[in-house]
Amino acid sequence: MNAVTQPQAVVQATNLSKHYGKTAALDGIDLTIEEGRIVGLIGPNGAGKTTALKAILGLAEFEGKLSVLGLDPRNQRTELMKQVCFIADVAVLPRWIKVREAVDFVAGVHPRFSREKCMAFLARTKLNPALRVREMSKGMIVQLHLALVMAIDAKLLVLDEPTLGLDILYRKTFYETLLNDYFDEQKTIIVTTHQVEEIEHILTDLIFIRDGKIALSASMDAIAERYIEVMVSPERADAARAMNPINERQIFGKSIFLFDGVPRATLAEFGELRKPSISDLFVATMKGTYA
Amino acid sequence: MNTFKWLVKREYWEHRGGFMWTPFWVTTAVLILTILGITWTEVAGRRVTSHLSFGIPWDQLSAQISSGDLVQAGQGLDVIYVMFNLMVCVSLFFVLFFYLLGALYDDRKDRSVLFWKSLPVSDTATVLSKVATAAVLAPLIAFAIATVAYVGFLLVVSIWASLHGINPLPVIANSNPFGMFWRLLLTVPVNALWALPALGWLLLCSAFARSKPFLWAVLIPLLAVILNGWVSAMGLPSFSSKFLSNDVAGRMIFSIIPGSWIDKSDVVRVGEMASSGSSLDGARLVNALNPSHVYAVFAQPAMWIGIAAGVVMIAATIWMRRRRIESSV
Repeated sequence: MNAVTQPQAVVQATNLSKHYGKTAALDGIDLTIEEGRIVGLIGPNGAGKTTALKAILGLAEFEGKLSVLGLDPRNQRTELMKQVCFIADVAVLPRWIKVREAVDFVAGVHPRFSREKCMAFLARTKLNPALRVREMSKGMIVQLHLALVMAIDAKLLVLDEPTLGLDILYRKTFYETLLNDYFDEQKTIIVTTHQVEEIEHILTDLIFIRDGKIALSASMDAIAERYIEVMVSPERADAARAMNPINERQIFGKSIFLFDGVPRATLAEFGELRKPSISDLFVATMKGTYA
Repeated sequence: MNTFKWLVKREYWEHRGGFMWTPFWVTTAVLILTILGITWTEVAGRRVTSHLSFGIPWDQLSAQISSGDLVQAGQGLDVIYVMFNLMVCVSLFFVLFFYLLGALYDDRKDRSVLFWKSLPVSDTATVLSKVATAAVLAPLIAFAIATVAYVGFLLVVSIWASLHGINPLPVIANSNPFGMFWRLLLTVPVNALWALPALGWLLLCSAFARSKPFLWAVLIPLLAVILNGWVSAMGLPSFSSKFLSNDVAGRMIFSIIPGSWIDKSDVVRVGEMASSGSSLDGARLVNALNPSHVYAVFAQPAMWIGIAAGVVMIAATIWMRRRRIESSV
């Protein structure tokens, strides 16, 4: 049989566009996301992240070609949702529902849901079956949602700002649980968030989106190769500046330059090399977005 | 089919309060008022209670039972069974009206639609589950509660009769509870089909409105009637205003009232009987619910045109549900 599965595209978009009136929320993007990746979709407000996710989930019309797990999300949403899960920020669980009812309902309608798994996840929380969503804190709601979603054997998990408004304890455990108890090579996760620093160590791929276009799409390994930060003392700063850094900032009287595609050996002459954080890379890439 | 069962269950969970507790409290209130009325009569003497006994023509019934007029008394009991259902139906109208207007709007407003849409459930199944809930589930629950309340009423009558040294069983034997049960049950599918245009229209508003589905649902039919009035006042070709307001606009909103298809003359007579309490023509009322009489409504074009319009509007609702996810609130 097909024991060694070829990495196949989970999401394949060609010239994907979406217009609201005259403004383009997505402006002809091409995108490939492969199996077994954890992809961070990062962009400023209004860049088109949510629109892209909605298109992938079959929640919005779009122009261009898009296939998700080989299905067309526009007219095969029901089929698609058997293999795709999503959490669209907290507080989208209906407020009237009880924990017990939510589990029963998902178990009733979802062919790939495992009640045992879900109960095991819930047992680790303080949620009891008779509790209603409206009586829960934001953190508890997300625990319930996560328990429901992780009990579904899905191929693609889409998270749109999943930890918005949660305190740091919930945020930490959210990603830890996801990584330890859920993720494996057959699964793919796409996540958008503004708290980039919290997910950067779990991502395998990064996509920057800006004004409906893809500003950067690469694996974390490729990014580490391509982008290098150098800490330069003031007397050599001008020389470094002449090499066209894409960003410059000051710290402790030294300048930190961010270079794109300059060989490591060349940069090493200027000072100490560092790996840029995603947020620094993001700021450099998105310069002038709100100007 | 399994998915559909869970969808209908979901509706019940969310709207237990409207579907079960509203008819429960309405019938309970009627029962309590009846008991209070009977007690008052017993304590204060005869003929002061017709206002207190709230819809149940107790004076007449007690007089018939006392005088041993068993046939009349039996028919009186049947009428009271129907009345329990009528009261529940009035409350059911309000429950259904607001249920339908919120059915595809509330989850967009609180964004929980994103959760529902993350499950492998088609929009068609979602919309149809709401149609089935409003057309079948809620009326059946209401009917069951009215029936239980009527049994409670029979108990009250029996106790009263025993206290007066009368055997209540011959009276009940002269009524026809099982026949009435089936006759009332058989009106449920007729109600459902007659209500299709209102079900379709209210759900369509619910799926379509970005805010205030209530205004859309009420104002559009109203505006149509008013505009038509102007057109006809200017002497231009127009619909008969009676047709437009009763058969179109009225039907789009009020046909969810159970039994609103009943021949108007029957309704008027039942109303008169209930209000005056003078001549309980039980035979006539029971006859109005005769299945051959009830199902004659299928001979009216209005029934079939309504069904067709309802189906079209439900299809439009499904189409709308696929596209519209945001609300503006």
